[in-house]
Amino acid sequence: MTDIMTPFERTMTAIGQKEPDRVPLFLLTTMHGAKELNLSIREYYSRAENVIRGQTILQKKYDSDCYYPFFYASAEVEAWGGDVIYITDGPPNAGRPIIRSPQDIVSIDVPEVASCESLKKITDCIRGLAAQSAGKIPVVGVVMSPFSVPVMQMGFEPYLDLMYTQKDLFWELMKKNQQFCIDWANAQLEAGAHAICYFDPVSSPTSVPPELYRKTGMVVAKETIARIKGPTATHLASGRALAIIDDLATTGTAIVGTSALENIGEVKQACNKRLTVLGNLNGIEMRRWTPEIAEARVRETIARAGKGGGFILSDNHGEIPWQVPDRVLMAISSAVKKYGTYPLAE
Amino acid sequence: MTSPVAPPSANLAEMEEALLSVDRVKAGRIVKETCTPGSPFVCLETLVVPALEEVGRRWEAGDVALSQVYMSGRICEEIVDAMLPPGDPQRIGQPKMAIAVLEDHHTLGKRIVVSVLRAGGYEISDYGHGVMAEDLVKLVAKDNIRILLISTLMLPAALRAKQAIAEIKKAQPQTKVIVGGAPFNFDSTLWHEVGADAMGHTASDTLALVKEMAGGDGQ
Repeated sequence: MTDIMTPFERTMTAIGQKEPDRVPLFLLTTMHGAKELNLSIREYYSRAENVIRGQTILQKKYDSDCYYPFFYASAEVEAWGGDVIYITDGPPNAGRPIIRSPQDIVSIDVPEVASCESLKKITDCIRGLAAQSAGKIPVVGVVMSPFSVPVMQMGFEPYLDLMYTQKDLFWELMKKNQQFCIDWANAQLEAGAHAICYFDPVSSPTSVPPELYRKTGMVVAKETIARIKGPTATHLASGRALAIIDDLATTGTAIVGTSALENIGEVKQACNKRLTVLGNLNGIEMRRWTPEIAEARVRETIARAGKGGGFILSDNHGEIPWQVPDRVLMAISSAVKKYGTYPLAE
Repeated sequence: MTSPVAPPSANLAEMEEALLSVDRVKAGRIVKETCTPGSPFVCLETLVVPALEEVGRRWEAGDVALSQVYMSGRICEEIVDAMLPPGDPQRIGQPKMAIAVLEDHHTLGKRIVVSVLRAGGYEISDYGHGVMAEDLVKLVAKDNIRILLISTLMLPAALRAKQAIAEIKKAQPQTKVIVGGAPFNFDSTLWHEVGADAMGHTASDTLALVKEMAGGDGQ
């Protein structure tokens, strides 16, 4: 039995393809912090201090192995001048697209990260959590990939039309988005984030075929990740990964977040120690799990992917839905200790 | 309507390939070579719809991507619109149908379903996106909708469908509701929980459900 590790040591050992003391748990709760502080989701995200407090409480409560200062994906659209629509029981959504015609791509200016209020709250939050972590708990920052953020910037259908029919404008948008993404990722790293989660659902074979990914999203990822000054984890946000694992492994990323639609054991085997696997508890079903079902799912997932390290237990989307009850999250946390302590039971 | 005569299977496979490689020209050529002018429904039933069904089946199996499903639907919609323009009296007579994205603004799923239904010869009212549950209930009553399709991407919106469906069923018990979208694909019992009559795993799946619910009305 290995001595008890800090969350940072546990995570780094797993990423190094070795077995730590137990399977690391990245319980990616975001909005649940608002529940803990008895605030609305809108109030909660209005101040960095709220999210620092929320993340602190959640990490302790569930013994999660990271701080996750992710506010909401549409914060990036706010930086580009877009609106955010708040709801009472889910993540804020991007409002009307900021790119309403492909020609807008030519004139749209890349925002300066340092002057965006919506982003400053996040870097303040990272700074606070990093100070608190004292190097013992990984702080994971988040960016939307340049290849995936256009879904919020212009809507999915116009974006697919652009990708297939207006390649020059597509690449012009990629260049602008890359500049923003790199600046934003590096600002989070400078604020104290230990790693960056590179959300890239459009690169998943669920969204575009692998052959198109290799000419688009993969090229963008390679160029972008190379200029992010810290480690990255690519998350396909519920999208499948298996068909592009070999490609993902060439992008410079260290981790892949996988879908509940795939067998995580097969994904891990395909990674073959080149990437660490993160996943893949079904966040949508989790809402109606009993503690017993949660325990069984954790046990099954660890049995499939835990052996030998290279695995972090998490949900499959990168954000636990607001509707998932506390008893389920507690059951997941307990089950990791029960079934995820190394060496794993055969 | 006369019994459709199936095209050679090679044409169907070629059509599917043209759609998946987003080759509009080739798809159009296959239709021209395979279908008899003046018999658009035979063409729909034997070539366009089966090709879309196969694309849908492969999407469900994880073998093709959403972008290919979307572009396939768009191409087929264009082809069918050319043969059978919107409002053409030859289009399938049917119960009144509508589709909406409940609460959120992710419209890709709706767009795919509209394309596939139109490619299948159906007309459907599009209520747009960001539609609130109470507004949807009013629209369905006003238009006397018999088959309602609700598309969602986010879990909160999917859960909100429950309230809308309950009110629609209370006011118009005969209205059938089909739901679809990511939350329903990730939780196989959710469609039942929200009180829908059915769930469309794919757009072509939804087309089959619509056909069944429409019961061949008016064809």
